[in-house]
Amino acid sequence: MSEAPLLLEVRDLAKRFGSVVALKAAALQVRPGDVHGLMGANGAGISTLVKLITGVFPADSGQILVKGAARTFRSPAEARQAGIVSVYQDPALVPDLTVAQNMRLAGASIEAVRKWLGELGVDNLDFSDIVRELPYPTLRLIDLARALASEPAMLLLDEITASLPADLSERIYAMVKRWRGRGHAVIFISHRMAEISALCDRATVLRDGVTVGVTERAHGSEDRIVALMLGADPATVAAAVSSTVTSHRVPRDAEPALEVRGLRRGPLLNDVSFKLYPGEVLGVAALEGQGQEELFDCIAGSRRYDEGAIFARGRELKLRHPADAIRAGLVLVPANRLLALLQQRSIRENISLPAFGGLRDWGLIGVRKERARVASAVARLQIDTRASSELRQLSGGNQQKVVIARWLASGFNTLLCFDPTRGIDIGTKRQIYALVRELAAAGSAVLLFTSELPEIALACDRAIVLFGGRVVAEMPAADADEASLLRAAHGLAPQLLAAS
Amino acid sequence: MNAPAESGSAAMSLAAAPSSKSWGAQFRRAMRRHPSLFGMPALLIASLALTVLIHPQFSDFDLQSLAMGALPLAFAAAAQTVVVISGGIDLSIGSAMAVANVLAASMMEGRGFGESLALAVLVLTIGAAIGAVNGLLVVLSRVPDVIATLTTGSIWGGVALLILEKPGGGAPQEFLNLGAGTLFTTWLPTALILLAVSVSAIWLPLRRSKLGLQFYAIGSDRIAAFRSGVNVERTRVAAYIFSGLFSAIGGLGLTMTTGIGAPLAGVYYTLSGLAAVVVGGVSLAGGRGGMVGPILAAFVLTLIPTDLIFLNIDPNFGQVIQGVLIVAIVMIGGFVTLARAQK
Amino acid sequence: MTDQAKTGLSRAVPGFAGGRIIARLRTHTIIVLILLLAVFVAGIEAARPGTVTRTWLSNMVLFAAPLGIMAGGQTLVMLTGGIDLSVASVATASAYLMGTHSTLGGVIAVLYGLSVGLSVGLINGVGIALLRVQPLVMTLGTGLMTEGMLVVYSQKVMAEGPHVPQFIEDLGAGKYLGVVPNDLFLWAPIAVLIIFVLRRTGYGRLLYAIGDNSEACHLSGIRVWRVLFVNYVVCGLLAAAAGLVIVGGVDAADLSLADIYLLPSVAAVIIGGTSIFGGRGGYSGTIVGALILTVLNSILTLLDAPEPIRQILYGVIILLLAAAYTRLTG
Repeated sequence: MSEAPLLLEVRDLAKRFGSVVALKAAALQVRPGDVHGLMGANGAGISTLVKLITGVFPADSGQILVKGAARTFRSPAEARQAGIVSVYQDPALVPDLTVAQNMRLAGASIEAVRKWLGELGVDNLDFSDIVRELPYPTLRLIDLARALASEPAMLLLDEITASLPADLSERIYAMVKRWRGRGHAVIFISHRMAEISALCDRATVLRDGVTVGVTERAHGSEDRIVALMLGADPATVAAAVSSTVTSHRVPRDAEPALEVRGLRRGPLLNDVSFKLYPGEVLGVAALEGQGQEELFDCIAGSRRYDEGAIFARGRELKLRHPADAIRAGLVLVPANRLLALLQQRSIRENISLPAFGGLRDWGLIGVRKERARVASAVARLQIDTRASSELRQLSGGNQQKVVIARWLASGFNTLLCFDPTRGIDIGTKRQIYALVRELAAAGSAVLLFTSELPEIALACDRAIVLFGGRVVAEMPAADADEASLLRAAHGLAPQLLAAS
Repeated sequence: MNAPAESGSAAMSLAAAPSSKSWGAQFRRAMRRHPSLFGMPALLIASLALTVLIHPQFSDFDLQSLAMGALPLAFAAAAQTVVVISGGIDLSIGSAMAVANVLAASMMEGRGFGESLALAVLVLTIGAAIGAVNGLLVVLSRVPDVIATLTTGSIWGGVALLILEKPGGGAPQEFLNLGAGTLFTTWLPTALILLAVSVSAIWLPLRRSKLGLQFYAIGSDRIAAFRSGVNVERTRVAAYIFSGLFSAIGGLGLTMTTGIGAPLAGVYYTLSGLAAVVVGGVSLAGGRGGMVGPILAAFVLTLIPTDLIFLNIDPNFGQVIQGVLIVAIVMIGGFVTLARAQK
Repeated sequence: MTDQAKTGLSRAVPGFAGGRIIARLRTHTIIVLILLLAVFVAGIEAARPGTVTRTWLSNMVLFAAPLGIMAGGQTLVMLTGGIDLSVASVATASAYLMGTHSTLGGVIAVLYGLSVGLSVGLINGVGIALLRVQPLVMTLGTGLMTEGMLVVYSQKVMAEGPHVPQFIEDLGAGKYLGVVPNDLFLWAPIAVLIIFVLRRTGYGRLLYAIGDNSEACHLSGIRVWRVLFVNYVVCGLLAAAAGLVIVGGVDAADLSLADIYLLPSVAAVIIGGTSIFGGRGGYSGTIVGALILTVLNSILTLLDAPEPIRQILYGVIILLLAAAYTRLTG
């Protein structure tokens, strides 16, 4: 293999914020033509590393070398001039300006952006549309096109396919492969193992602020990556995967914990009906914008629906506020942790929040009872409470566990999980799958929507697929492989395929 | 994999609308995006009509009084608008106006016209400097702008008192006439011309410039703006500089219309200027809106005490009505937003 | 996420270095505040020996009490991420209304005064809690409204003029045994109550939670509007109570009686450690903040400088304190 000069090299980079050490000794080597994966658990230092490379703030020590020359960037603009451009999950687009104005703001050429949008498959975008009025996937692509238009030598993609529909993700993969062909390089950050193994030639793994290894694409590299991330032995990791799936038989004559009949809301939710039984985990698979968000919000009581009925344990519900749903035992774990958590408050306050829903609860707090309840939830979920005076000091995975702990502490019948593992590191993801199965085994019902199709088979007993606001397919976990789910999610019912 | 239904919703949902729009669709979109542009003039015309109805002898002199009365408030509104659009707020505008006012009145007393013009330029520069200080303090101290400008307002108020303990001073008649006279016809007050010219000269080029775009950007989403390469801190300071500039013009306007300098004159204008911004349809969240709404709202707000005088009602009710107006408008606005969100 | 927007300018200004002491001070900011207060008091004594007497100290508490009461309501409101700019007008109006009804007897007069706080609080509550109007704008409007109505009202009753009942005067200016200010007997229970509510009750918990993330509260089944509604009413009542104490100290119901309390009521809360964005802070800090501001005022008066200079210095020092505080707590 020829040793091409390194496009980007990071040596021993360190950064701390006050008393928090974000990065201890990060190392990275990216060659031209590389698609280089960057992986690590939440809190491993990836986002800090990215910000250092792209010039958001300076490092405390260590070196960044671009094409062999040591550089320090004082702003993202300087990094951009050196050919390093990053694209984040949240599109860097100002909502109240038009696309054209946004391009002008960033100094991007509208023609170049239009050309790249075309390459990404977006042909007829009106640049005088206001960003706020455009659908989210489009904004991602615009952001990416803008980055590409500046022809960066080094493109950093941070979770760019998160919550994107599969077909758009495909286009991005194709673009990434094309980009490397021009002698440029791509750093690809993702929590989706499948993507990394499909796309990246090699991957650098960070743990606790230190680069712990670089793997090349090869058979079994996935387990090796997970092992590096967790600091565990590859064999145990492989074993852990298969043990997550347990078959579960649901007594069908039991009364459903949750039943939805003919639910309709606005243009996106058209007619959804299904039953969820106690003791089972029902997966929901769907492409972006097929009504799944509306479905969950309606069941959780935070949005009103136009038609249809929702039953909890046989009783029809009138849902006008989340409090009504909670009282009926339906609790929501939303995708966006920030929505659900009190960042500045303690773990205890976060977990016991639902206890204050009624007027009667405005009075004196029963401290001892509260502490007991919280402690048991924390223990059950193995929440790491070490640095815990404020919730925001916890890692993303632990934060998500706090959300679940909240409902454990206050009691529930049916857990509605909307993409609970989005943006969570692999280790915590597995813990959450295990937890979900445990809850079901203990008698709760779980409705689980996930944008990562492989999770369905891992965690669920049954799956339904939404398309166009309707349930178009239902299958047991054994049949819910990624391909079948994808087909159904695109509106291709198995019967159609058989006929063609 | 390329079956007919595949391209369905995913690809279709990528573009919001076809690229060519009819004139009607574009007009409706403009109306949706800038409601104040269409609503405020209507409100002003209605208020004027009401005024004339109440007082049919509405003369050119009355129009002049209206223009002179609204002039300082309009500039206060303009100053606040720039800062609000960029996502901030400035509670020291009235005090800055007072400083400009007393500075001008104390320096211009007994001088010639030419000198007074030069001094006016000096006052404008000082106004911009006050704005710069405000901006730097807000940005460097990292104290939220509400608190910071509330405090600097108190400081500038003290400065105004230092310059002139009691109302006094003066300015040459020609200078006063710039704001207190009429031009070409007795129905065209110079105050209106001054307002129109100074606001357009500053705002129109600003709005089209990259800096203006940056104001809207940081007001709309500071992080996205930062990631797009905007120097957020510098832009924020720039917004306060323009606020200081408009406040200084407002202070000069006060000098022209009252003929003297009054250190406590500004107190009223901070909050009323903010009121004009709110009534004029500019969102306090930033990133949206323009100058037209707040300036017209300043006229509407000035018409209220005028109408009351014509109706022989105690003009002190004017403040009550202004307060009630703000409360009513924001409450109705809140209600409408709430109703729309339910759908 | 705020490091993101930090560029050139603010990096040029050296901030505090990280360190254990600073970290500890962050969690126990009240220590810093008390130290600061002590420094100010010591400073006065050093500059003008003999100033700090028992009388002076009790005067400080006497003058700080109405500010502390008004800042109490402001604390409750700012904890939820709001602000109440109508407190000064409410205080003045309540004092005035009480004064003009003093002939009906002390208790009735006080009730009249408090009713101002109740009504304005209700209107604020409806606008902010029910209709989701921004607190800044809403309270600005109600403040202007209240002030305007007061002016109109004052002209109607000009003939008689307000009269301050004796017991209000005693409350606002008198001292028990010549040492303990009477208004402390009002402030102390209020303070204890507020601190207790904030630390030990569900209502207090909810204030912090709503200030931190009201959407999360909504999703957890909390009816946020109820809490906010009550909160603004309480703030109005406290502002009215503060007005009654102020007028007792001044003995003349003047139309701009409480104007000078608006900035300090907000400043005391900020200096005391409550974030203007809500979710963090408490009343004990506000109490020390109110004392600090009162002592500061006294220092400036003792300096014998002309009023404008005092106003400027007061503003500068508050700004410095707020800036130091913001940097200290990141």
